[in-house]
Amino acid sequence: MHEYSVTKRIVKIINGAAAEHRAERVKTAFLVIGENTCIIPESVQMYFDMIAKGTPSEGAVLKVRAVKAEMRCPSCGKNFIRPRFSFECPVCGALGSPTDVGNECYVERVELFDNAL
Amino acid sequence: MDTKDIKIMADINEEIGKIAAGTREKLRGKGVLAVNVIGAPGAGKTSCLLHIIEGLKGVRCYVIEGDIQSNIDTDRLKALGIEAVQINTGGECHLDSVQIQNTVNEMPLDGSGILFIENIGNLVCPAESNIGESLKMLIVTVTEGADKPYKYPLAFEKAGIIILNKADLLPYVDFDMDYFMRGVRALNADAPVFEVSAKNGAGFDGVCECLARVL
Repeated sequence: MHEYSVTKRIVKIINGAAAEHRAERVKTAFLVIGENTCIIPESVQMYFDMIAKGTPSEGAVLKVRAVKAEMRCPSCGKNFIRPRFSFECPVCGALGSPTDVGNECYVERVELFDNAL
Repeated sequence: MDTKDIKIMADINEEIGKIAAGTREKLRGKGVLAVNVIGAPGAGKTSCLLHIIEGLKGVRCYVIEGDIQSNIDTDRLKALGIEAVQINTGGECHLDSVQIQNTVNEMPLDGSGILFIENIGNLVCPAESNIGESLKMLIVTVTEGADKPYKYPLAFEKAGIIILNKADLLPYVDFDMDYFMRGVRALNADAPVFEVSAKNGAGFDGVCECLARVL
């Protein structure tokens, strides 16, 4: 629901990287977005196309890797993907506890058109 | 045209995180503890705050009210002599750290105490962001149902205090307390859970003692 402001920051980060590497245009940006961020990738792409207009990011493709939230089972010691309406480990049934997997929210890398060549 | 691939690993929330940290520092310097109050629309956030502020005798309380529209809640607080400021987001789903930074800068805050920031009624986005608070206080109700920890896990995971409001309605609704508490404890081993009723005022002593201790 707050994708507009998130996308403004994403465009700023990508344009910053383009400026730093003296690229006039960005080809692709790779994002990693965890389930816990409540960010909808399709919304980000829609806002991105609007916000990036007239900047080096215009026309760039966003590739989003969505990460499911994982919990950690105290008995098995392993992570499992959080099931719907339950926190039980699918193997042993113990109650899992939250982990940081699912909180990701970053721009991993950018592919820039190399105008120096 | 050739391309080059640049690894940047840039945190999308770094900028707003820094703003929130600055607000927290500023408030701490003034001896003010910020409490981010989150809960669904109609959970009774403002009604609970009225009981809590009344119970926190001798503690200076300030309120920032976040709403999509209107200043109904602020008027309720001001009528009781509580220092309250309204933020209307005009559609945004949660208060952000920039709005809170600007509002805090404009508030006199001329005495140590607690600043309650009543977030937009929503269990999703407000849970995800820190806006400069030291503590999140989650308000849920028995009428919403016992499955809320399973549907909105982050809100429960991030809460420092959990209030279960409308407890006076427990005899009339099918609220499975064991299922609720099992979910809460899986997500959050430490946060105290208080059963209260903003209707009759029951249960707020524990909340006030807890807040006074944190302060």
